[in-house]
Amino acid sequence: MNDTENLDSELGNSTSSRRIFLKQSSALAALAMTPPTAVAAVNTGIQEKIATALEQMPLRLTINGKVQQLSIEPRVTLLDLLREQLHLTGTKKGCDHGQCGACTVHVDGARVNSCLTLAMTTEGCTVTTIEGLTVGDPATTLLHPMQEAFIKHDGFQCGYCTPGQIMSAVACIREGHANTPEEVREYMSGNICRCGAYANIVNAIMDVKKKGARV
Amino acid sequence: MTNKTKNPPIDRIDGRMKVTGGAKYFADFELPNTAYCVIVGSEIAKGAIASLDTQKAQGAPGVVGVFTHQNMPPIPGWDAPVGGEADGPAPKPKTEETYRILSSPKILFDGQPVAIVVADTYERATYAASLVKVTYTKQAPRTDLEKHLSEGVAPKGAEGGNYLRGAADGYKTAPVTLEAHYTIPVEVHNPMELHGILAHWTDDKQLMIYAKTQGVNATQNAMAQAFKIDPKTIHVHTEFMGGGFGMGLRTWPQETAVVAIARKIGRPLKLVMNRSQMFTLVGHRPYTVQTINMGADQAGKLIGIAHAATAETASYEDFTEATVNMTKFMYACPNVSTRYRIVRLDRSVPIWMRGPGEATGAFALESAMDEMAHKLNLDPIDFRLRNYSETDPERNRPYSSKNLKEAYQRGADAIGWKERRNQPGSTRDGGWQIGYGMSTGVFSAFRWEASARALLKADGSLTIQSAVTDIGPGTGTALTMIAHTVLGVPLNRIRIEYGDTSLPKAPTQGGSAIVSAVGSAVYDACTAIKTELMQLALKAGGPLAGQQTDELTLADGVLSVSAEPKKKVAVSDLMQANKLTVIDKTKDSKGSPEQEKYSMYSFSVHFVQVRVNPLTGVVRVSKAVSVADSGRIVSPKTAASQMIGGVAGGIGMALTEEAIIDHRFGRFVNNNLADYHVAVHADVPAIETIMIDKPDPIINPMGAKGMGEIALIGFAGAVANAVFNATGQRVRELPITPDKVMQKLT
Repeated sequence: MNDTENLDSELGNSTSSRRIFLKQSSALAALAMTPPTAVAAVNTGIQEKIATALEQMPLRLTINGKVQQLSIEPRVTLLDLLREQLHLTGTKKGCDHGQCGACTVHVDGARVNSCLTLAMTTEGCTVTTIEGLTVGDPATTLLHPMQEAFIKHDGFQCGYCTPGQIMSAVACIREGHANTPEEVREYMSGNICRCGAYANIVNAIMDVKKKGARV
Repeated sequence: MTNKTKNPPIDRIDGRMKVTGGAKYFADFELPNTAYCVIVGSEIAKGAIASLDTQKAQGAPGVVGVFTHQNMPPIPGWDAPVGGEADGPAPKPKTEETYRILSSPKILFDGQPVAIVVADTYERATYAASLVKVTYTKQAPRTDLEKHLSEGVAPKGAEGGNYLRGAADGYKTAPVTLEAHYTIPVEVHNPMELHGILAHWTDDKQLMIYAKTQGVNATQNAMAQAFKIDPKTIHVHTEFMGGGFGMGLRTWPQETAVVAIARKIGRPLKLVMNRSQMFTLVGHRPYTVQTINMGADQAGKLIGIAHAATAETASYEDFTEATVNMTKFMYACPNVSTRYRIVRLDRSVPIWMRGPGEATGAFALESAMDEMAHKLNLDPIDFRLRNYSETDPERNRPYSSKNLKEAYQRGADAIGWKERRNQPGSTRDGGWQIGYGMSTGVFSAFRWEASARALLKADGSLTIQSAVTDIGPGTGTALTMIAHTVLGVPLNRIRIEYGDTSLPKAPTQGGSAIVSAVGSAVYDACTAIKTELMQLALKAGGPLAGQQTDELTLADGVLSVSAEPKKKVAVSDLMQANKLTVIDKTKDSKGSPEQEKYSMYSFSVHFVQVRVNPLTGVVRVSKAVSVADSGRIVSPKTAASQMIGGVAGGIGMALTEEAIIDHRFGRFVNNNLADYHVAVHADVPAIETIMIDKPDPIINPMGAKGMGEIALIGFAGAVANAVFNATGQRVRELPITPDKVMQKLT
């Protein structure tokens, strides 16, 4: 058995925990406790390649009403999972740091920044994205009251922050934080609109709130 | 004519796509086998790469390649100027230094790309990028404009010349004078959409690009130059763009690099930059210092103005803008001089940012006007009216239209200007001091050359085509409205296709010029269809033979005699009778030489009420009224949104926006959206917008002038003037942060 095979079987037995262990242990502890061949493999990157193949983790969650059984790398964010693997590109990346709100989705009904959410943490959760507010072809489908209100009040210009604004706006009403324009401004301040459609967005939210439609 | 009556407000035509997530921005497109790339930026601002170790990154999982100056695939057109500005201003003059991405170990600015790492997933590219090890030979960077003001040079080109009317020091002879210095920090466009590109060579000669650009034709031309290929083999698509504000007015070097690497690796390649890279790789509003000298007589007549501005640029490219232009013609003043200089620093190059230089200049000029009005004990509007220019004093010709007096009056009424006391610090509400301020904005109105195609089908539907990009203002909606007005086709039967190089050529979206340019082309193409329909109806044997063209009305798919509506023919019947399934017209459109006899400008007036907390120095904009005098408003609903967007941008510019450089290292310390504070919901009050909505008889058939820039230009000055009115303290350095207000108050 050569060194690579040896390493392979070691990793195979312990799935990915071995690699995490190697990464997280202090250098001294790692040197003291691991075979020299494994340490060398870490340094040359061979171990990376092998470990990556084993690093796919199972994830089961419901997205827009559909159960998804996935196998993903644990470092994948919910945002990148939606956009790059599940073709749900309505959710946008504006900063990747939870500073702009463009990536807002609902996880178990609560608004979250999907860029700050590791996808693995949503195991068993129900996720709703902008695509999930309606059913069917976006060009013809019946719209959610908040989507209708954004069109009526022109609550956007370029439209890039809009999916996040709408998901946040729906949650804002559900939370009971849309009683006055001032309150809406406060509770919507995590969603930046650089085109500056704020005044129209507030009008749209207050309109939906006043009409009392179920959101 | 479309300009005779006001247009009704209509919903944004792409609203449904935007609220459902169906709108596809460049990064939303998916191509099979796409690779992802991540830029590794320089950690120093000046010097050179001493060593590069890419071995670990190369060996990381999924890595396709690591590209540096040592192995970058060739870009054959680097020797030619690669500005991508074929439709915009002339290429910049060459400077001693040149910047060609990944072509040399030399470092010219912080964040300059030193490697581009390509892998099969975004996560793998990001991780591999962290493994690239670079060491540098550092030099002390020169990044502080304030320390290098004496090194200002007059740039080549139109903006480098000094302007003089009357005597340069005419202001000195006036009984009342002021001298004031104004500073604008680095501001960053920060559209919500991150910059990047998705490029795919379908074979060695055919290139498909999904871009974040304000002009698909400009990107097409830039890439054709860079790769020395026929522009016809390059297809650029940008139907939706998540905001630009100027940063998409050129093709940036990293876009060219991605296209080169995509060709090398033979698969589609996607770049989505991160937010901090948006501060260094796609331009910014340059740090600018200005001095205004002004003199007036006791009757409130201006005697002289001298306006000098110095701005930063890169060591490798001279960026210039029209910072001092407004001063030349805004007010009737016999003695005016302006001077504009740039200082080449170890910084990445600026680019026009909304309003561009005019917004920088208006802050200084309109603050100074307020300061002078105070010295003269005049109401600021009254002072402006005493110096109102009825004709353009710079070029001695009439304005094509100017309704600024009406704009002052209507804005003043709407904000409640009569509540304002001329004596600063007079009004309190609870613990807050209340102040009112106003300011004027102005920007050139253009009529660039553009083309558009209109196709009327026998089923009554109309398709409009133009390559123009809609970066957010509602271009598609405005063009739809113009087509509707000319041909009477119901709005829901009009389809518009835009943002793609397969469509008729259009200019880059910028300079508040697109409704004028592309709108005129749509107007002309639709008018050509209308003319043909009338000829068919009026010809011998036609259903309306014997009538004259000016007696006919075209509406809702029916051509009828205006005075006798029963004499009519359905357009569909007319086309079928003539065996036509479609009438297809493409028109190139441009302004007439007649326009040279006029000065064409859009005007705005901004009014604000601020509340200043004397204990904390916090300034809140509590009311805002913006008035636009920009000719006939084509699409009132989207136009109002453009104006309120200018207010939000103006609040950020006035109160919070400032990209701060640590000059020891020449790098930004707040290059993210938490620390660089753009206005958020809580910063922006309800806003009233007022449209004068009177057609300009000269500019174009719609009578419409642009409004993207005037929505912002002047706004920051109105806030500064209101803060003065509230507190008696004048802040001349933007942004007006609490520390500056407190420093003045204590």
